[in-house]
Amino acid sequence: MPGNRFNSFQNHGVGIGLRIPHYEHIFSRKPVVDWFEIISENYMIDAGRPLATLDRILEQYRVVQHGVSMYFGSVTAPDPEHLRRLKQLVRRTKTPWLSDHLCWGSVDGTYTHDLLPLPYTWEAVDRTAERVRRVQDFLEIPVAVENVSSYAAFTASEMTEWEFLTEVVERADCGILLDVNNIYVSAMNHEFNPMDYVNALPAHRVAQIHIAGHSKYEKFILDTHDHPVIDPVWDLYARAVERCGPTPTLLEWDDHIPSFDEVHAEALKANRYLHRQAPELVEAAR
Amino acid sequence: MNLEAIQRAMAAAVLQPLTANEGMRAKTVDGRAMAEVAASFIAPNSRLNPFERLEIYNRQYWLRVLGSLAEDFPALRAVVGAARFDALAVAYLTEHPSRSFTLRNLGSKLVDWLKAHPEFAGRRHALAMDVARIEWAFVESFDSAERAPLTPAQIAALDGSSRLGLQPHLHLMVLHYAADELVLDLHKREKRLTSEAGVEHEEEERAPVNLPKVRRRATWLAAHRVDFSVYYRRLAREEFLTLEALRQARSLGEAIDAGFAESAIPERRRAACVQEWFGTWAELGWICAADGEA
Repeated sequence: MPGNRFNSFQNHGVGIGLRIPHYEHIFSRKPVVDWFEIISENYMIDAGRPLATLDRILEQYRVVQHGVSMYFGSVTAPDPEHLRRLKQLVRRTKTPWLSDHLCWGSVDGTYTHDLLPLPYTWEAVDRTAERVRRVQDFLEIPVAVENVSSYAAFTASEMTEWEFLTEVVERADCGILLDVNNIYVSAMNHEFNPMDYVNALPAHRVAQIHIAGHSKYEKFILDTHDHPVIDPVWDLYARAVERCGPTPTLLEWDDHIPSFDEVHAEALKANRYLHRQAPELVEAAR
Repeated sequence: MNLEAIQRAMAAAVLQPLTANEGMRAKTVDGRAMAEVAASFIAPNSRLNPFERLEIYNRQYWLRVLGSLAEDFPALRAVVGAARFDALAVAYLTEHPSRSFTLRNLGSKLVDWLKAHPEFAGRRHALAMDVARIEWAFVESFDSAERAPLTPAQIAALDGSSRLGLQPHLHLMVLHYAADELVLDLHKREKRLTSEAGVEHEEEERAPVNLPKVRRRATWLAAHRVDFSVYYRRLAREEFLTLEALRQARSLGEAIDAGFAESAIPERRRAACVQEWFGTWAELGWICAADGEA
């Protein structure tokens, strides 16, 4: 399956996050990597080494942008400077799609720099979908929203997280960046069956999949991106691929980052599932 | 509660400083019981009550912003000590939480804030201010814009009425101490790594760093970028004042007059000084067309 309209019909394969400790390896060894995901905010600057490095990467690799501060669910309006710089970067990278999180994180221009969960209410659906739509129109490329890990649930919620995600993406007519590790983390923290989530989401809108590791504490699980992917998360991934078909997949590893080869090898485990899917099976799985 | 009320309540709780034991405070800023406030919009699960669930976000927030500020100001942290820096950072961030989509700008008000709050720097306040200025200049110089510098032919055609611009990544500082060497030394010790605009810390020990003796003397410093790396260059007072005047859009003649005001440099040597400065500025690409001109 050659992708869908939410990832510009690109099936990029298996990528990893572009991280500073790997720069030297990438430039000296020029490893074969299907694609890199960059954190947009790291490059929304005027000039200097980060942009020069990005340009070198763009000469040799496919790059997709992933943001961490659009806060689609914040009630206060987005910063126009943020949008201006983001669009500038989109033009530079020619990213085929762009993702950010289905969350909120700022109020009246004060930023928490965290991916705070939304109450799953109809009001939040309306406001969030409207903002996604506006950002997508402004950027003129497909936008995918990522489900976040969460540690708190709201008394005001009127639906499940997957129902909320579905309502938002349908109304905004946008894609999904499906983070199967986040589903697992939230499922453990909120005591639901993660497979119910994967089985219910609108598979035809999944533009990309994230896989990652997490940290387990006594009473909750934290999304730390500092461990290999655990088997139950691979199981969710396998089911997601079964439903969505081969989908651009990215391993996130942001803390205690091991060698490039180690991170890349962990990511490439995804191929065990990606190449197993015949198109007819995908149709049947939906 | 509607969405806006939930977000305001949650943000207020998350941004409130932690207790000494790194827990969430029992009371809100306006004196209400935090447990009741949390329960008004957060649902419990079988393992955590609403207070404990909200506390996870409160802790994560402070871990993130304190870590980010420490990354950008490792030398300031060494000068005032780790414990004092933590207190300083909490006080600063409580007064100036992030107003930008990027953590890169988190320290943008720290120098002004520290000037107004000497109690957080102890007896090394003046030195701490200088170090903070230099470290913030590093952040700014690292990724500020770069404009096309004037060509030698354009420089040769300048006269006293010419107005010039300076490279956006050039940052000029007046210091009480020659603190640039100290900062460079401390950055080496902190294993400063080239990053987007900061450093990475090893797991630190909290013992105070033994600082070399730094002499108190007026110092004029420029932070600027060459080949994607930030450098510091000491300036003569006259050179600094001339550059400052140029940045304020004064004409070249006026800037040079401002530079030599109350200068001890004899009149006969001044033309040679200016020529030498221009040679260096041209070499470093500091001089550009005035703002608004090509």
